[in-house]
Formats: sequence, structure tokens, C-alpha cells
Amino acid sequence: MRYSFFSKKLVAVIFLIAGFVSAQNHEGEEVETGAHDLKTQIKEYIDHHLLDSYDFNLYSYTTDQGEHKYIGFPLPVILWDNGLKVFSSSQFEHGEAVAEVDGNHYALYHNKIYRTDAEGTINFGGHHGDETHTEDAFGENLVVDDAHPTNEKPLDFSITKNVVFIMAVALLMFLVFRSMAKRYQKSTMPKGVGRFLEPLVLFVRDEIAIPNIGEHKYKRYMSYLLTVFFFVWVINLLGLTPLGVNVTNNIAVTFALAMITYLITTFTGNKNYWKHIFWMPGVPVPMKIILAPIELLGTFIKPFSLMIRLYANITAGHVVLMSIIGLMFIFKNWIGSPLSFLLAFALSLLELLVAALQAYIFTMLSALYFGMAVEEDHH
Amino acid sequence: MEKLIEQFSFGLFFWQLLLFVALLFLLRKYAWKPILGAVEKREEGIKGALEAAEAAKKEMQNVTADSERLLKEARAERDVLLKEARDIKANIIAEAKEQAQVEGDKMIKQAQATIESEKKAAVADIKAQVANLSVEIAEKVIKQELSDKGKQQKLVEDMLGDIKLN
Repeated sequence: MRYSFFSKKLVAVIFLIAGFVSAQNHEGEEVETGAHDLKTQIKEYIDHHLLDSYDFNLYSYTTDQGEHKYIGFPLPVILWDNGLKVFSSSQFEHGEAVAEVDGNHYALYHNKIYRTDAEGTINFGGHHGDETHTEDAFGENLVVDDAHPTNEKPLDFSITKNVVFIMAVALLMFLVFRSMAKRYQKSTMPKGVGRFLEPLVLFVRDEIAIPNIGEHKYKRYMSYLLTVFFFVWVINLLGLTPLGVNVTNNIAVTFALAMITYLITTFTGNKNYWKHIFWMPGVPVPMKIILAPIELLGTFIKPFSLMIRLYANITAGHVVLMSIIGLMFIFKNWIGSPLSFLLAFALSLLELLVAALQAYIFTMLSALYFGMAVEEDHH
Repeated sequence: MEKLIEQFSFGLFFWQLLLFVALLFLLRKYAWKPILGAVEKREEGIKGALEAAEAAKKEMQNVTADSERLLKEARAERDVLLKEARDIKANIIAEAKEQAQVEGDKMIKQAQATIESEKKAAVADIKAQVANLSVEIAEKVIKQELSDKGKQQKLVEDMLGDIKLN
């Protein structure tokens, strides 16, 4: 009772702040450019929100003098470009300057780091016929949306905003579950945060692991299932906070998670599992030959679907939520703001459900694949 | 799809993989194993306690049955003992009666024998006295007769009158 009341209050406050922060942002940009290309602006803002960032900015605004102000702090940029290059992201000045390290110049273009010359020139090629045209990295005439810069891209290991959040979630999870585990040393009854988390742990064990993997083999997968369940859930929830990070809408993150599921499935698969892939029992020989590549492809498609499902659900949720908040600036009359707020609030509640649901589905399907990998021969 | 590949950030992938795997192993060692172990231990404990309670219940039922059986046995034994006691009492009484009868008979017989012997002795005594008296009478009579016939007659009659009720 106490928990739910607290969380309700907390969530309400969070969304109020979320609306406020984004409202500030848009108002700032609106002053600068007027309402003419407001829709484009909102679209750009949403795109920007969905992307990772080299700075940790809570929000930005534009002063009356047309100067961009950012509230936040820079993060370290780590590049591997013929040697390790580490510098602060403040050198980019939010994409408006060229960073210079050990005689190499780097510039941001569409939120990616490219190696450039001292002026930050971005070269384009391929898509526009034979001629290669160049463009200033911070130029306003970005008509070549589908063009790819031909500049060299250094290997980028930067601690971006999303990496910071992955670290924070990992640290938070470690501290919380470690303290929960410590309490069990004193008594086997859950205390404090364990009272809330133990039912969830038991849920993963009794409703996800045991039904899908089986009574005898579920134990070796429990660590992964629990970790991925709580990780995805917590990081999805953090994506709904006004901090505005959404780690799970990065294909790289969901790819890493799905890859671990794939690797565990592949390396714990028993003889029966591989037999069902390469030499399906109970069907005629020509069918066996036809089924083998399909089944083999299936082993990749399964984790691939995991990756896309999590990515797409979270991205879609964020795009719709941001668009609804954006409605506020398009309507510009008395009905716009309340309508936008109500819709955004309702959608936020839905997104809370989606955050948990996607964590559940990812864990459930992983458990299902593990279950297939260790299933014994029934024939 | 092309957009997805373009969006793919190797750095983020690298950090996610590294941090997640590190988290996985740390949590496995410091959290999941102790937590699941404790939960399992508790569940086993609860299961054990339930089983023990069930066993205790059965034991209790056995004990109750046992005590009831013992009680029944004790009751039966008591009844047997009481019956025996009653029998013994009856026997003792009967025997005592019999003995008393026998003793009484014996005493009566003895008394009768004594009476008889007393009687005999008395008769004998009487006989002796009678004889004596007779002899005395005879003596006197003889002495009187010697002096007067009439007197003698009278003497005999007096004497006979004296001893009539003797």
C-alpha cells in the first residue's frame, strides 16, 4: 500500500516535470524561428531525443540574444584512432566546434564523430553522382539527408549519456540486490526492499523460468533471466523520467542483450536441440534437408526478433509521447495544452505498463529459447 | 533497416555488453545465489515444517489410540480384579460359615458328650447314694426291727418319705 502510493505520487511528479522541461525547450526554439517550420522542429527535436548524446544535458534553451544555453555537464569522449584519444565532449561545444586532440581534428555530424580537417569539413559522396560535394559540419543547408559522409569514422568508445545510464542502472541494481541478499543472512524472511523485490524474483523463477525451461534445468539460467528482467525494466522506467534517456531504444543495446541470449542458447544447447535443427526427426529425408537451413536461420531470427521487439516498442512509445507533447505547440489555443497533457499522461501510464511488459516478454522469450535448447528427447 | 544499421553505435554496444556481463557475474555471485539460496532454504524449511506437523499429527493420533486402548485394557483388568475380589469374598464367607458350622457342631457334640458323661456320673452318684441310703435304711430298719415291729414299720415309711424326692 505504502509503496504503491509513493510510486503513484512519484510518477505524477515525474511527468509534470517532464512536461515542464520539454515545454521550456520548445518555447526557447520557437522564439528563435517562429511557427513556420514548427512541425519540422518538433520532428528534429524528437529525433534528437531518440539519439544518444555526448553530453549529459537535462535541457537547453535559447536566450533572448539567440544564444543557446545548455543545462548539464560534458562527458568524456574516448576514441581509438591510431592510439587512444580521450577528451571532454565540451570541446565540441554541442556540435558547434571542432575538437582538436594530438593534431587530429574531430567534428560532430548528425550526432556522430567524424575525423575532419581543422575547419571541420564533411565530405559527401556516392549518392550524388560522380561529383563529390562538401559542406560545413554546422551548416544550415542540410539538404543531403540521405547522403553519407565519406570522412573517416574513428572507433568510438565514448562514455555517452546512455553509457552513463547503463552504469548507473548497473550500480543501482548491484547495490540494491546486494543489500537484499545481505538481509537474508540474518533471517530468511525478506525485509525492507526485499519485500517488494522478492515477489518479482519469485515471479521470474516460478512464472518464467520453471514453466519454460523445466524444473530440473532452470537454475543455471536464473542469473541471466533475473539480471536481464530487472535491467530492462529499470532502464525502461528511467527512460520515462524527465532525465530523458532511453537506452533500450538504441539498437546497439538491444543487440547486445539479444546476442547474449543467442550465445547462451547456442552454448547450452544439447544434442537433441542440434538434432532438431540439422536432422529433424520424424520427417522424410528430403524434408530434413529442406528444414535444416530454415531451422538454422530460425536460431538467428529468434534473438533478432527479441532485439527488434524491444527496440521498436520503446522507440514507438517515446516518439508518440514526444509527438503528443509537441501537439501543445502546434495547437496554440486553450484546448491544446490540456488535451496534450491528458493524452501524454494517459500514454505515460501505458508506457509504464509497456516498460514492465517488454522486460517480461524479453525474459520470457529468452527462457523459452533456453527451454528449447535443453529439452530432452520425447520421441 | 538502413537507418538501424546507421544508428548502430559500436561504442554503446561495447559498453552495454561489457557492463551487462560484469553486472551479470557480480549479481550472480553477490545477489542471485544468496537470494535464491535463502528463498529455497526457506521453502524447504516450510515444507519440512509442514511435513513435521503432519507427522506429529499422525503421532498424536497414534498416541491417542494407544492411550484409549490402554484405558480399555485397564478397565477390563479392573473389572476382572473386582470380580475376583468378589469371588474371594464370597468364598471366604462361605468357608467361614462352613467352618463355624463345623466348629459349632463339634462344640455341640462335645457339650452333648459332656452332658451325657455328667448325666452318667450323676446317675452313678445317685445309684451310689441310693445304695448307701438303702444300706443305711436297711441298717436302721434292721436296728429298729430289732426293737419294735411297729416302730420298725414306721421308720421305714418315714425314711422312704424322706428320700422320695431325692
